[in-house]
Amino acid sequence: MTKANTYADLMQLPDDKGHFGPYGGRFVSETLSYALEELEATYKKLSADPAFQAEFDKDLAHYVGRPSPLYHAERWSRILGGAQIYLKREDLNHTGAHKINNTIGQALLAKYTGKPRVIAETGAGQHGVATATVAARLGLECVVYMGADDVKRQSLNVYRMKLLGATVVPVESGSRTLKDAMNEALRDWVTNVDSTFYIIGTAAGPHPYPMLVRDFNAVSGREAREQSLKQIGRLPDALVACVGGGSNAIGLFYPFLQDSDVQMYGVEAGGDGVETGRHAAPLCAGKPGVLHGNRTYLMQSEDGQIIETHSVSAGLDYPGVGPEHSYLKDIGRVNYVAANDTEVLSAFRELTRTEGIMPALESSHALAYGRKLAQSMRPDQHIIINLSGRGDKDILTVAGIDGITV
Amino acid sequence: MSRIEQKFAQLNEQGKKALIPYITGGDPKPEYSVELMHALVAAGADMIELGMPFSDPMADGPVIQKACERALAAGTTLNKVLAMVETFRQTDTDTPVVLMGYLNPIEYMGYQNFATAAKKAGVDGVLTVDLPPEEADELVAVLKAEAIDTIFLIAPTTTALRAAKIANHASGYLYYVSIKGVTGSAALDTEAVAEKVAELQALTSVPVAVGFGIRDGASAAAISKVSDGVIVGSVLVNKIAELSEQPEKIAPALTEVLKEMRSAMDA
Repeated sequence: MTKANTYADLMQLPDDKGHFGPYGGRFVSETLSYALEELEATYKKLSADPAFQAEFDKDLAHYVGRPSPLYHAERWSRILGGAQIYLKREDLNHTGAHKINNTIGQALLAKYTGKPRVIAETGAGQHGVATATVAARLGLECVVYMGADDVKRQSLNVYRMKLLGATVVPVESGSRTLKDAMNEALRDWVTNVDSTFYIIGTAAGPHPYPMLVRDFNAVSGREAREQSLKQIGRLPDALVACVGGGSNAIGLFYPFLQDSDVQMYGVEAGGDGVETGRHAAPLCAGKPGVLHGNRTYLMQSEDGQIIETHSVSAGLDYPGVGPEHSYLKDIGRVNYVAANDTEVLSAFRELTRTEGIMPALESSHALAYGRKLAQSMRPDQHIIINLSGRGDKDILTVAGIDGITV
Repeated sequence: MSRIEQKFAQLNEQGKKALIPYITGGDPKPEYSVELMHALVAAGADMIELGMPFSDPMADGPVIQKACERALAAGTTLNKVLAMVETFRQTDTDTPVVLMGYLNPIEYMGYQNFATAAKKAGVDGVLTVDLPPEEADELVAVLKAEAIDTIFLIAPTTTALRAAKIANHASGYLYYVSIKGVTGSAALDTEAVAEKVAELQALTSVPVAVGFGIRDGASAAAISKVSDGVIVGSVLVNKIAELSEQPEKIAPALTEVLKEMRSAMDA
């Protein structure tokens, strides 16, 4: 098979069982199988329905504020002396991150299925806030599960969710971070499956979630592709996005997958450094396995137990990754790399000081790698970095690292 | 005929129903598990479900989550759980043992390696909670080649069409999950269970055992009247949790619970 054919085939994935090559699928306990079959059927019907798409597009334009700009960071590019850096400004979306694209879409699905209650898991709190926001707008009951450690380090977002009317449940089991929040959300869903729609926040979980989360986020990649043609006059040379579960990255990458001249870089959380073992980089240093309903790369022990992850950013502190990324890694379409906490904090400060844009710590992983990549390229080349969220939520974390009490 | 089939046939002749206790392998420590398994048999267990602890037991309630945490903290591994079965088999060749858990540790070991080791240890059946039949062909085939049964779950939300498909894949017994929820949840509706179990029994010749929500002699007796067996887990694991610092008291406590159920079921 030629390269071009392979890349065109990527647009058809997943297959009808939810597989991306050997990854993905639907590994859940039997109680949830019916709910997932029902969701798959609902999504199949509605995604082909022009009225549903029109409603989604209208919400994206008038509620989220799309399209988000593709901003040429001229000053930063000049200082670095390499490729021209463009930032896809998902931080300017309503609620401050790309997460709202997906929650708007899934909330519309919830509305069509008539379920009065939504639940979500959250790490940094951005997905929880985005879910609480759409629940408030649609008058749905909302429960957000959040690891107890994350509740502490993201207290601003916890309060935002409460103001929006959501119940935030701190999860004390396991490592008390995002993976445990997802376990607890799945337990809630099993128990309340008749009344509840589970709004998963990343492109992982059982089929059809990885597909529909990607599809709802792909609006940012479609916009970036058009904006690039219009503003630069051609496609970019490279795309860079951070990868925890991988929803912002797959949203940016997917509409470019067939463009074989566009290089792609997914940046995982290197924590203290991938070589230390204290990180959250399953694609760089993990092995395939099954967790949270899908087969994908995981951080795991020699006995197949999921191990604790480490990252300065709560949103990337996850031992798995969306299954489509696992496949894109294996076939070599996307390069997966890591940025460690020190590099990430440095990029956070640098963008804030040179461009007056304060990025989320998650997005700062993409900036940290994008910075190095740009310096290895020529000034007539172009890269797009997904600025997936804004950094306001991280101010207390950064102040703490600086030894300052705000 | 597999050891599980033999056991159900034997119970059928005696006009009795199967009592199937669950404990997590290695809870509270790996060195106690074999003794506890023998104690369960002495107290009236017909088969044993032995849990393979997992770091992220998504379908389990807090009681079994904590059991997994205790077992893993005490150094339990899948290999050690297999070794427990092997030791148990040295003195009990009659009682079927079913390993129950999640797929990832088995994937990591490799399906064939796992099946070979399970066969050698004397395992009779395997139940992986997060492996629905759509994804199960490969593991079922590998286990079947080693004459190990694959037990599948049926839930209240399972449609008749799906139940028929699952019944086709199943061997040993079908595990009917009596409620929508995680293990250890409350409130069991015996009538609804009876109706569903009767539907399943009409679909298949494989016995149907019922679990989730069975906590005492009365609920065990009620469910055993309408099914081929009852599975009891959280109530036993709770006792282990309470007594984890006094391990010598665990076997007598489990014996007491199980004997009450046995006599209520046989009455």
